[in-house]
Amino acid sequence: MALTEDRPETLELTAGDEAVVRHPLGAFTRPSGMTGWRSWLTTVDHKKIGILYGATALFFFFIGGIEALLIRAQLAQPDGQVLTPGQYNQVFTMHGTTMVFLVVMPLAAAFANYLIPLQVGARDVAFPRLNAFSYWTFLFGGIVLNSGWFLGGSPDNGWFNYAPNSGLAYSPGNGIDFWNMGLLIAGIASLVGAVNLIVTCLNMRAPGMTLMRMPVFTWMALVTQFLLLFAIPVLTVAQFLLMFERLFGAGFFDPEMGADPLLWQHLFWIFGHPEVYIMILPAFGIVSEIIPVFSRKPLFGYPFMVFSGIAIGFMGWGVWAHHMFASGLGPVSVAAFSLSTMFIAVPTGVKIFNWVGTLWGGKLRLTVPMAFAIALVAQFTVGGLSGVSHAVSPSDTQQTDTYYIVAHFHYVLFGGALFGMVGGLYFWWPKIFGHHLRDRLGWWHFWLMALGFNLTFGPMHIVGLQGMPRRTASYAAGMGWDFWNMVETVGSFLIGVSFLVFAYNILVSRNNPPAEPDPWDARSLEWGTTSPPPVWNFDETPVVHQLDEWWHRKYTEGDDHRLVLAAEPPTPFATAAGPSEPPHLPSPSYWPLVLALGLPFIAFGLLYTYWLAAVGGVLVFLAVYGWSLEPSVDPAGGHDDHGHTGHTGHAMPGASDDHAEVTDEEPVAVATTPEDTTEVSE
Amino acid sequence: MSATTVDATSAAHPTEAHHTSTGLSNEKLGMWVFLGSECLLFGGLITTFLFYREKEPLKGPAIGDLYDIPYTSVSSFVLLMSSLTMVLAVSAIKRHDQRNTRVWLFTTALLGASFVAGQVYEFTIFYREGLGYTTNLQGSAFYTLTGFHGVHVSLGIVMLLSAVVLSLRGRMGPERAETVEIIGLYWHFVDVVWIVIFTVVYLIP
Repeated sequence: MALTEDRPETLELTAGDEAVVRHPLGAFTRPSGMTGWRSWLTTVDHKKIGILYGATALFFFFIGGIEALLIRAQLAQPDGQVLTPGQYNQVFTMHGTTMVFLVVMPLAAAFANYLIPLQVGARDVAFPRLNAFSYWTFLFGGIVLNSGWFLGGSPDNGWFNYAPNSGLAYSPGNGIDFWNMGLLIAGIASLVGAVNLIVTCLNMRAPGMTLMRMPVFTWMALVTQFLLLFAIPVLTVAQFLLMFERLFGAGFFDPEMGADPLLWQHLFWIFGHPEVYIMILPAFGIVSEIIPVFSRKPLFGYPFMVFSGIAIGFMGWGVWAHHMFASGLGPVSVAAFSLSTMFIAVPTGVKIFNWVGTLWGGKLRLTVPMAFAIALVAQFTVGGLSGVSHAVSPSDTQQTDTYYIVAHFHYVLFGGALFGMVGGLYFWWPKIFGHHLRDRLGWWHFWLMALGFNLTFGPMHIVGLQGMPRRTASYAAGMGWDFWNMVETVGSFLIGVSFLVFAYNILVSRNNPPAEPDPWDARSLEWGTTSPPPVWNFDETPVVHQLDEWWHRKYTEGDDHRLVLAAEPPTPFATAAGPSEPPHLPSPSYWPLVLALGLPFIAFGLLYTYWLAAVGGVLVFLAVYGWSLEPSVDPAGGHDDHGHTGHTGHAMPGASDDHAEVTDEEPVAVATTPEDTTEVSE
Repeated sequence: MSATTVDATSAAHPTEAHHTSTGLSNEKLGMWVFLGSECLLFGGLITTFLFYREKEPLKGPAIGDLYDIPYTSVSSFVLLMSSLTMVLAVSAIKRHDQRNTRVWLFTTALLGASFVAGQVYEFTIFYREGLGYTTNLQGSAFYTLTGFHGVHVSLGIVMLLSAVVLSLRGRMGPERAETVEIIGLYWHFVDVVWIVIFTVVYLIP
């Protein structure tokens, strides 16, 4: 439409723009504020939601870390008395479950949410309200999972919750139910998030941003979302079967009923092995962003990086039974899964070599994020090699359920995924918050963490091969394990100290001077916006011509193939003043929060009294209809370029981008401004 | 809202006026992606059923002895016909035929409801013949699988009826044709899943 009338230059929100105040379903006024605590409850901005994901993940990391330290305190000496065996079972179960589902996965979701729209040149994700719903659902799932600490006993069956131990006969308390319901709810969050981010990557790319020009982080996050999309429903099936067993006596995994408990193992690991790549691929993506920046070279073998990530995504589905070599699968299955497990090391190795190739001959700058990235490459290689040793099934039969396994997966998940993500935090912190983390403190954090990590998990290889079993609350003196266990405990407390340094670094970072928009001289689109990026991300949708677009706008190649600064510095993609026309942004909404809030009510209702479930059901019903009938862009809100046009005579003017829902009424005008190419709809 | 500068095509198909990288609207692509995930959900449930069908039940009747194939064939036919009426509804709304849109949406919902009612009746018969939800593993797996499918059909009915109500209130005009199409995608998917279930669970011994 002709955008003729005067508009405010900045996005000052006129909360309560008096023209139309609508009460969807008569429940409450649509929120419109973009600041203050309430804006965090109602936000649909992918950047705020990313920050919420990250903060929540760090909170759960604190809880999971305390659980880890309790484990190490218990095992510091033979015959540990810190925890009773029952408490120990709860603590290691909750440690594993928390770190997998409430720390690593949401940290990856935090990066994916924050970065994908920025890296593909979009104004937001495809479905901003669903994005908010994902976050709240994840949070409530985490709360349900942890509620056992207050409601008479936490889950105590390990993070993979094997049958028949999970049945009522062996686990009569509600602990397993909290595990089951909490993860079911968190699974909804992952699934919805996967749909959202896949559509964002495929559909919301800026002009010229072909798939093979997407930054590697976005690529790896995309592969991760596909893995989530297909892996989560398998876990959901297993969890529903377990729920029906525990609530209604269906006995799917109960040998008394003639069931085969191995069914649980198969279903769980068909989810569980892709889950491993769900956790590591985002970290691979982060490192693939960090290393080229601090080597001042393009990523070596970009297409190989992308295709090896995709190959890992496919092959990850064919290796699950290597978690079950000790369960008596039979020689043919064991041989097949041994082979496939060895094969999957190939694309992973390709990645390692490509990172090394990127470093080779680069102008290296050793910064804190670079240190974390290099640590990932080294430590993941160790974990990857011990992983190949599990692929050899005779050796795996010896290693299984020992500390060797614990060493292996901590090297890939802590030494790999977590190091990568912490490096990512240091790397993008100035972009996200507009302040650097302090370098000195960062180095202290890095060295303490690297030292503590290797002291904790390195010796586990040794005691594991000596036969020390995992998941056992204590060990006798004189087994030869005393010394290394003490070393491990000391190391684990060093890790704890390193994160205290990190917390202090975060606390004081607010006083640091403002960060430059592009402090690292980096390569992808997000570095062309302000730090932090404006709500609207890009003043004008960038047009992409090649991989590493932002870099190539800064530098050209001289005659001798050396980098030369471009004749004039590139125009930033965003300015504080904002675009000349107010951007088209989705409006905040209460409904994602209300809808998510219904789910824990249903979960607790199924366990305690169906009345609570009814309350949850009503909440869900109201929220679904409230949501569907609410346009994704509030016509009365101040941040919608259609909303000010002042046309009247219809119940809901505007909201042109709300077409797919069972809502709106009118063939609304479709603005033909360039802004609309990245328009967000839901 | 006066559509001053909007050309005729984009008014008729507002979603297509929004450029997306694939040319599909976000909503439609989102539904396709979601249905991909649903395949694995039903895949897991069907696998569980097949796994336990091989096992001799410890007590109670075997599920294979209870099937009434002619009866279930009829209810399957009813469900398949609802895909036809769904197509007619999409076609009607694209032709700006509001009345027939409502007629066919409602017919689709009605056929779906008959299918669900038939399923409830079938469950009742099986229960009377001695197969409760917890009688044996075959029963548990059967009721869980077909129950999940029934819930999917029921959710589809809710969506269809919501669309009818919105259409009656004038909020489901031709510009919303894609909404009907997306509901249709879901509906056809649920039908296709039933074809698989009917074949694998009922017909193949």
